[in-house]
Amino acid sequence: MAQHQVNYMQDGGLPVALTSIDKVVNWGRSNSLWALTYGLACCGIEMMASGASRYDFDRFGTIFRASPRQADIMIVAGTLTKKHAEFIKRLYDQMTEPKWVVSMGSCANTGGMFNTYATVQGVDRVIPVDLYLPGCAPRPESLQYAVMLLQKKIRSEKGIKSQKPKRLM
Amino acid sequence: MRAYTPKNDVQKKSYYTDRYWVAPQVAKSKVEDDAVFAADLKAIEDAKFKVLDSYIQVEQMVVYINPEDNVGVLEVLKNECGYTQLSELSAIDWIADRGGFEVFYQMLSMSKRKRLRVKCFIKEDQAIESVEKLFRSADWAEREMFDMFGIKVNNHPFLKRILMPDDWEGHPLRKTYPLQGDEFAAWYEVDKIFGKEARDIIGPEIRDTARVDRYDTERFARLGHEIPKGSEFDPDKEKTPLAYQEDEGVFLIEGFDEDKSQIVSDRKR
Repeated sequence: MAQHQVNYMQDGGLPVALTSIDKVVNWGRSNSLWALTYGLACCGIEMMASGASRYDFDRFGTIFRASPRQADIMIVAGTLTKKHAEFIKRLYDQMTEPKWVVSMGSCANTGGMFNTYATVQGVDRVIPVDLYLPGCAPRPESLQYAVMLLQKKIRSEKGIKSQKPKRLM
Repeated sequence: MRAYTPKNDVQKKSYYTDRYWVAPQVAKSKVEDDAVFAADLKAIEDAKFKVLDSYIQVEQMVVYINPEDNVGVLEVLKNECGYTQLSELSAIDWIADRGGFEVFYQMLSMSKRKRLRVKCFIKEDQAIESVEKLFRSADWAEREMFDMFGIKVNNHPFLKRILMPDDWEGHPLRKTYPLQGDEFAAWYEVDKIFGKEARDIIGPEIRDTARVDRYDTERFARLGHEIPKGSEFDPDKEKTPLAYQEDEGVFLIEGFDEDKSQIVSDRKR
């Protein structure tokens, strides 16, 4: 054996870390959550504020993308009308697996104050939701906390084994 | 100071006995009181259009005409009287009372600084002529009137729904349309996306806005009480700390310690 003084098992010895594939994959997934720009109403303003310089979503690896094909997470920010319901389903289907959905704000959660004929009473009637974020509208801190909780959820998932795709039905 | 009235029995009698509250009418005055409006009304009558009723209310003249005269009257008002803008156009549902709609055209004259309202009454299934050739603003307004009330507009260039989806049933601004939607509206998105057979799986809409089930961990999240989705919620259990990292730490990321973190209280920092 070589007689050098490097302790392989210590930090700074050599850049070696022992881990499982699951953890590496989930580390990558959870720290580069590219979000689809899905501002439907006033929650969208808070979502934009989260992405701007003061709250700075980029440091979480969350970068807003304008295409569902490049996005991992759909933040439904605002009121979903019945006219728009088919399009949110279509955009969700266009996102590549694995994908997650955050329902942001009261309107997206339950229809909120729009207890009318034209509003979908909760986006979970159309697409499967991973995380419900209450508030009207939630502060940017709340949205970032929600994304951090989603990261925690992603870390507990299986990274490699084929995931059962989430379907509402 | 307001005079004192005893309020002991204020709950004993109701304010309104009518089923529907009827708004009191603002005072009306004769058209002759205003020389400008009197001249406008004379121009309409000179063009051989029948004026059913006319008065001034809140400094605006209201003219009732026959529905088949609407294009002619608006043409006179636009070309001869200087009412160059049609600022609003819609209808009022009087089906229960009188079996039809009251269509109104709100006109504005920038040169005279006057506003004028032309009204006509149509039966429920009666169509009305389009004024889109005179005023381009009538294009979308008439589409909205068709969408919301179901009033057919003859000779409109593109009469289709403007707010509701094309395959919508019913006209939402009619008094008979329920605010929370009919059977069709309640299942619209489910029927369209998943098909009618999915109704049993997805279930009816929850319309109780005050419904919050704090033990429902499927639909509700609680800040400070994080537990996995669908797991049992124990109210006696202590509040969980704000942990967005696992206890054993996260791969390649420095662990977050709430005690070591700094809370910024100065907003202007």
